[in-house]
Amino acid sequence: MLSKITKFKSIFLIVTSIVLGLVIGSIILLLAHYNPLQVYSTLFVGIFAKPKYILWTLLKATPIIMTGLSVAFAFRIGMFNIGAEGQYMIGALLAVICGYYLDLNSSIHPIIIIIIAMLGAGIFGGIAGYLKIKFDLNEVISTIMLNWIAFYFYNYMIDTPFLNKGMNVSHKIKASAKLTIISSNDFLEKTNTFLYDLEKVKFHWGFFIAIILAVICWIILEKTTLEFQMKAVGLNPNASEHAGIDIKRNKILGMFIAGALAGAGGAIQVLGVNFGITTLAAMQGLGFEGIAVALVANSSPIGCIFSGLLFGGLRYGATKIQVPPISAPSEIINVIIGMIVLFIAVPKIIEVLIRNRGEQYDK
Amino acid sequence: MNDKENNNYVLELLDIHKSYGSKVVNDNITMRLKKNEIHALLGENGAGKTTLMNIAYGLVCPDSGKIKVNGTTLVLENSSAAIKNGIGMVHQHFMLIDSFTVLENIVLGRECKKQGVFTDLQKSKIEIQALLEQYNFEIDLEAKVKDISVGMQQKVEIVKMLYRGAKILILDEPTAVLTPKEIDDLLVVLKGLSESGHSIIIITHKLKEIKKSAQRCTIIKHGKLVATVDVKETDEDQLASMMVGRKVEFSVEKRAHHFSKTLFKVDKLCVNDYRGIRAVNNVSFDIREGEILGIAGVDGNGQSELVEAIAGIRKIESGHFFIEGNNITHKKPREIIDSGVSTIPEDRQKMGLILPFNLAFNLILHKYAIRPFSKFGFLNFESIRKQASSRLKAFDVRPDDPNYLASALSGGNQQKLIIARALFDNPKLLIACQPTRGLDVGAIEYIHKMIIEHRNKGRSILLVSHELDEIIDLSDRVLVFYEGKIVGMLEGKAIEERKIGLLMAGGE
Repeated sequence: MLSKITKFKSIFLIVTSIVLGLVIGSIILLLAHYNPLQVYSTLFVGIFAKPKYILWTLLKATPIIMTGLSVAFAFRIGMFNIGAEGQYMIGALLAVICGYYLDLNSSIHPIIIIIIAMLGAGIFGGIAGYLKIKFDLNEVISTIMLNWIAFYFYNYMIDTPFLNKGMNVSHKIKASAKLTIISSNDFLEKTNTFLYDLEKVKFHWGFFIAIILAVICWIILEKTTLEFQMKAVGLNPNASEHAGIDIKRNKILGMFIAGALAGAGGAIQVLGVNFGITTLAAMQGLGFEGIAVALVANSSPIGCIFSGLLFGGLRYGATKIQVPPISAPSEIINVIIGMIVLFIAVPKIIEVLIRNRGEQYDK
Repeated sequence: MNDKENNNYVLELLDIHKSYGSKVVNDNITMRLKKNEIHALLGENGAGKTTLMNIAYGLVCPDSGKIKVNGTTLVLENSSAAIKNGIGMVHQHFMLIDSFTVLENIVLGRECKKQGVFTDLQKSKIEIQALLEQYNFEIDLEAKVKDISVGMQQKVEIVKMLYRGAKILILDEPTAVLTPKEIDDLLVVLKGLSESGHSIIIITHKLKEIKKSAQRCTIIKHGKLVATVDVKETDEDQLASMMVGRKVEFSVEKRAHHFSKTLFKVDKLCVNDYRGIRAVNNVSFDIREGEILGIAGVDGNGQSELVEAIAGIRKIESGHFFIEGNNITHKKPREIIDSGVSTIPEDRQKMGLILPFNLAFNLILHKYAIRPFSKFGFLNFESIRKQASSRLKAFDVRPDDPNYLASALSGGNQQKLIIARALFDNPKLLIACQPTRGLDVGAIEYIHKMIIEHRNKGRSILLVSHELDEIIDLSDRVLVFYEGKIVGMLEGKAIEERKIGLLMAGGE
């Protein structure tokens, strides 16, 4: 529903912010006695030089695209979902349970699991919507609290006989539940380098599922009555109620969908990469990364794919600059990400910079 | 005119021109404010009054033209420059911080300091109290802004400006949010200020207030200066026609007809307010087809709760209401709308519109889920836009571009937009709450016309208004609400101002 001009302007602002983030990053690198050109070129080569590297980037990006979608969806309808982290964990937990206990044909098993995980995480997310309408509890507070509930529930479940396999480790899911594209004993090994890479990286269908979900989100957000009523409720509940829109149902529904998206992320990660879950010492930070992804994407679902890839690439590239000859701390990537987010969060600064320049030319 | 020799002007806006893109909002307007004068600035919504005053206050930079204060030409780069030169403005929407006290709000940005860093509220307080005594204001400095009435908040805004040394005060529609009593108080305050050396510009479109308070009046229309007139020598009709550009009918022509059957019936309805206190107490009435039933009463006597209950938004404690014999008590808002009840809510921005949505979406806010606007859950943008285009033209909403945001419309046009939606498919019952609050006479005339037209089609209208004139002009029957009860019912010739006024105040 954005006009073309504002769309162009926001993309321009985002690109400018990314460039500024990289520039500030290079200053910090210089101060720390690293050659920024060398770091950035290593980063670039480390992400793009081989198909394998790109596949790694896609893998890294998938979970944060999903949490990013979750945050972006909630934001578009006027809610702030800090709870993607917890919803993601609920999704992962349900995926392990269903992957281990359900006995289904491999063509439908993963799909059923993802749907169950989405429903479960959606209900978990919907709690925040319910608390909001029932007790007028701000969803920022409730989702933060729910994150901790999810966190301890997750760790608790791993230790129950129901799931526990050994020290802090859950059972693995059945082979039929996996999203793997090519399994390791495939005869194609070494004959086709690309397929070999796919196997080596353990690439899975998850990234494509994320894209499909992003497109569905985009359709919902741009074309449907669902978005219309949820956005109306988010922007002005009073007027929506006078116009006959059920505000309670829509608030819960909005948080339900947001939760389901994050939950799908958790399930995909289990079915594609981890195949099981382990006790967490701390939160993984995927929900918070999702906030950054959504912010950079300007809350556009399609944008989330790209910003997720950007962050996934930077995170993956960070492992390349850690090793000699550079041996830079990977935290420098966090600094760059932080800078990008900062510049996007304060678009006013860039706008002012641009305007001042324009005025100078006028004079 | 021999303006050049006359140095009595404290503020002169000379040939002010301002345009936004191709739209000219101020077309070489000249306005002069005399010392000790109350000068009214009159114009329809969107005529460019606020822009002109924002220019005088340094908030907007004019494309061309000169601003003179006490005879010297100045360039006002921002509002602090205006304040430095003794110009203060009170905006229509107050710029106060709710959780601060009155005192803190007044001194904000101009605090007295102790040892250079610490604020010295006590010292400020003494200064402000002196100021209050000088102008005979009664304000509790320690009260929090959120706890005081709107009229009081307005006084705080004025004191804030006086404390900053304003000699020239600009008030943007100061009476729009006030009750009749508060308006009278305000006008007394303004008179007092003008007598003690201040000069005041008030933006308004209430003609009565201009007659009561102002000496001169400048009228602008579509960004152009119409005239500056002496208020004493001009009557209300003349002012109105200068503002609108044609003769305005203050009373509306109603076709007489006899009423046939009852359309809407309320039976022993009881509703509580948000605190759980009974607000509507055992109320019964009915509305016949082709009838306007007016509900008169001082704000806060249960009218809002009654309307919210009928719209399905507020819980009903006991009682029932029926449309065409069908019981629609306890139904959801959606079902009530579908049964043919349409509402113009009392607060157009808070309850009527989704301001960040465009006009097209606001027009289908209650119909988005049905064909042709959506099919299988997918919105049909094409038909939404088409429908909006023709509706906006039919209801004279300006601009009539469906992609325009509702927030960008003037108040009158926002109200027209809501009426366009409310009358969408000829509802059986139209509930109109404060349909003309804060609007100029042109818009009021138009909206009254729409309501009468709807009545003449044989439809029913429940009109809730605090404006007695409106109730008397439009209603076929009047109910008077007092403390949640109907204390009187007047019909036909018996509808007269004095009687209603007495009943409204709880008298017999």
